[in-house]
Amino acid sequence: MEKTTNNRAWFLVLPVLVLVAFSAVIPLMTVVNYAFNDTFGNNEFFWAGLEWFDEMVHSSRLHGALGRQALFSAIILAIEVPLGIFIALNMPKRGFWSSLVLVLMALPLLIPFNVVGTIWQIFGRVDIGLLGHTLEALGLDYNYTNDPIDAWITVIAMDVWHWTSLVALLCYAGLQSIPQAYYQAARIDQASRWAVFRYIELPKMKGVLLIAVLLRFMDSFMIYTEPFVVTGGGPGNSTTFLSIDLVKMAVGQFDLGPAAAFSLMYFLVILLVSWVFYTVMTNMDRSASDIPEGL
Amino acid sequence: MARITLQNLAHSYLPHPAGEQDFALKELNHVWQDGSAYALLGASGCGKTTLLNIISGLLRPSQGRVLFNDRDVTDAATAERNIAQVFQFPVVYDTMTVRQNLAFPLQNRGRDAAYIKARVQEIARIIGMEAALDRRAQGLTADAKQKISLGRGMVREDVNAILFDEPLTVIDPHMKWELRTQLKRLHREFGHTMIYVTHDQTEALTFAQQVVVMHDGRVVQIGTPQELFERPAHRFVGYFIGSPGMNFLPAEIAGSSARLAGGATLSLSGHYAPATGAIGIRPEHLFLTDRGGLPVTIRRIEDVGRHRLIRAEFQGAPLNIVAPEGLPIDGLSHVGFDARRINVYVGDWRVAPQEKAA
Repeated sequence: MEKTTNNRAWFLVLPVLVLVAFSAVIPLMTVVNYAFNDTFGNNEFFWAGLEWFDEMVHSSRLHGALGRQALFSAIILAIEVPLGIFIALNMPKRGFWSSLVLVLMALPLLIPFNVVGTIWQIFGRVDIGLLGHTLEALGLDYNYTNDPIDAWITVIAMDVWHWTSLVALLCYAGLQSIPQAYYQAARIDQASRWAVFRYIELPKMKGVLLIAVLLRFMDSFMIYTEPFVVTGGGPGNSTTFLSIDLVKMAVGQFDLGPAAAFSLMYFLVILLVSWVFYTVMTNMDRSASDIPEGL
Repeated sequence: MARITLQNLAHSYLPHPAGEQDFALKELNHVWQDGSAYALLGASGCGKTTLLNIISGLLRPSQGRVLFNDRDVTDAATAERNIAQVFQFPVVYDTMTVRQNLAFPLQNRGRDAAYIKARVQEIARIIGMEAALDRRAQGLTADAKQKISLGRGMVREDVNAILFDEPLTVIDPHMKWELRTQLKRLHREFGHTMIYVTHDQTEALTFAQQVVVMHDGRVVQIGTPQELFERPAHRFVGYFIGSPGMNFLPAEIAGSSARLAGGATLSLSGHYAPATGAIGIRPEHLFLTDRGGLPVTIRRIEDVGRHRLIRAEFQGAPLNIVAPEGLPIDGLSHVGFDARRINVYVGDWRVAPQEKAA
C-alpha cells in the first residue's frame, strides 16, 4: 500500500499540544523552576543546580517516608487484591441480590476522602468511637494516637475498607464476562473448584486485575487525605507517608526548593514503578500469545 | 456406556410455569439406545440444548426422570454421570498447552501418567494436532480451539455418552466434513452413545442412524433419515428436511381422493377418513408434463447444479418442483403427482391410511 507522507499533518497535533501544555507541562515547569533555584521571595531566583536533589537524595527523612510508603502500598496490595478477588468470586451473579450487593460495594467508593478519614478518626477513638471503645472494653490495648502499630492498623483497615470494593468490582466485571460454557465444560471435565479458579477465572480476570493493581498502587502511593485526617502523620513520624511529608515540607516549613525536588523525584518514582508493573504484566500476557500463528 | 431413558421429562426456565407455553421442553419420553448415534435436529431455540444439558446434568429438569441403564441420575451431578460434552463455541483452557488441555479430563479423574500420555497422543492424531501439542492453547484459531474441545470430549474412553452441541458451527466447511467423518469412524470403532445436536439437516442426516426432530420444545419425529424424508410425521419435519422442503396443498380428504382448491381432485394410494387437511409431497416426487395433472403457473426457474428447481404456483399456493437438468420446460404447464408419495396431513400431523376400505 502506498502511504502519503505529508509533514504538515503534524499541525493537526497542535491543539492537543497546546492543551496539554497549559494543563500539565507549564504547571509542572513551575515546580521544575523551584527545584533548580533558590528563592528568598520577591520573585528573585538564584541558580541552585542539583543542590536540592542532592540534599533530598541523601535525606534520611525522605528515606524514612519512602520506606513507610513502600511498606504501606505493599501491605494494602497484599490485602486488597486477594480479598477483592475473594469477594468478587462470592458475589451473587444475577438477580435482586446482585444489584443490592453491587450498590453496597460501591458505597465506600462514593465517600469523599476526608469524610472517610473523619469516619475512621471517630470510629477508632477510644472515648467515643465504636471500634476504639469496643476494643478497649474487650480489654485490648488499642490507641491509634499514641501507638505506631495501632496507627498503622487503623490506616490500613481504613484503606482496605475504602478501596477493596474497587478491586472486587473490577474482578466481578471480569468474572461476569466469562461465558457459561466454560463452567459447564469444567463440570464435564470434573475440574476441582481450585482448577476452575486457576485455569478459567484467573486467566480471564488478568486484564482487569492489571488495572486494579495499577490503580491501587498509584492511589496508595500518593495517599494523603485519609491518613492525614486520622493520624496527621503521627504518632511521631510513624504514619508520615510521602505526600504528607511533602506537604509538611512545602506548606509547613515553606522549603519550596527541596519540596520541588522531592515532588519531581516522587513523580518519577510513581511513573517508573507503574511502567514496570505494566510492562511486566503485559509481558506475562504476551509470552503466551507470542507464539506464531498458523494452524 | 449406558442406555439413557427419559421419563415424562419436561423443563421450564420459569420458576412457576403457568401452562404448556412456558415450557422450553415439553413432556417427552424417549430411550437413547446404548451405542447408537443420534442427531437432534431442529431450528434454533427449539429446546435441543436444553435437552442436552438435562442429559449431561448441567440442568435439572422441572419434571420427569433421567435414567442411565436402570439408575436414576436425575439428581446426580455432572461428574457422576461420566458424560462428555462438546459445546457450540470452543472452550479451551487458555493458559494450558494443547497437550495439557487434552489431558485435563483424564488427570481430574486420576488416570496414570503413561495412559494419559498415550491417550493424548492418540486423540491428537485423530483431530490432526500432533504437531501443535506443546503450544499454548491461547492464540490458536477458532478452528484449532474447537478441535481441542472435540478432542477433550473424546479423550475419555469409558464415558456413558458423548454429547455434541452444534460442535462444527465455527469450523471451516472442508474441515467440517473431515471431522464429521472422524466422528463417525470413532463411533464405529468405540461404539459410544453419541447425541449430536444440530440445525443443519445435512449434518444430521449424514451423522446419525436415528434423527430426532424437535420443534417448539417438542419431539415431533424420531426416525431414520429415509423415514423423515418419505413419511414426515409432522408438517415441520416435511418443511425442515429437504431443500426445498415438502409442498403442502390444502385439500378435502375423503376415501381415496383429495379435492384441492379450484375443484381438481387427486387420487390417493390409500383410504382416509373424511377430513379437511392438506396433502404433502416432496418437490422430488413431482414432475412437469404437458397434459394431465394439475395446471400450474411457473414463476421462476433456478439452476442448482445437478437439477433445476421450478418455483411454481397452483391456485395461489407455492409449489416447488425438482426437474432433471436438460428437460425442456417450454410448453410444460402441468404437474403430475406420484400418488404413492403423497402424505396426508390433518392439522399439523400426518395421518396414516386406513388398513382397508370398508
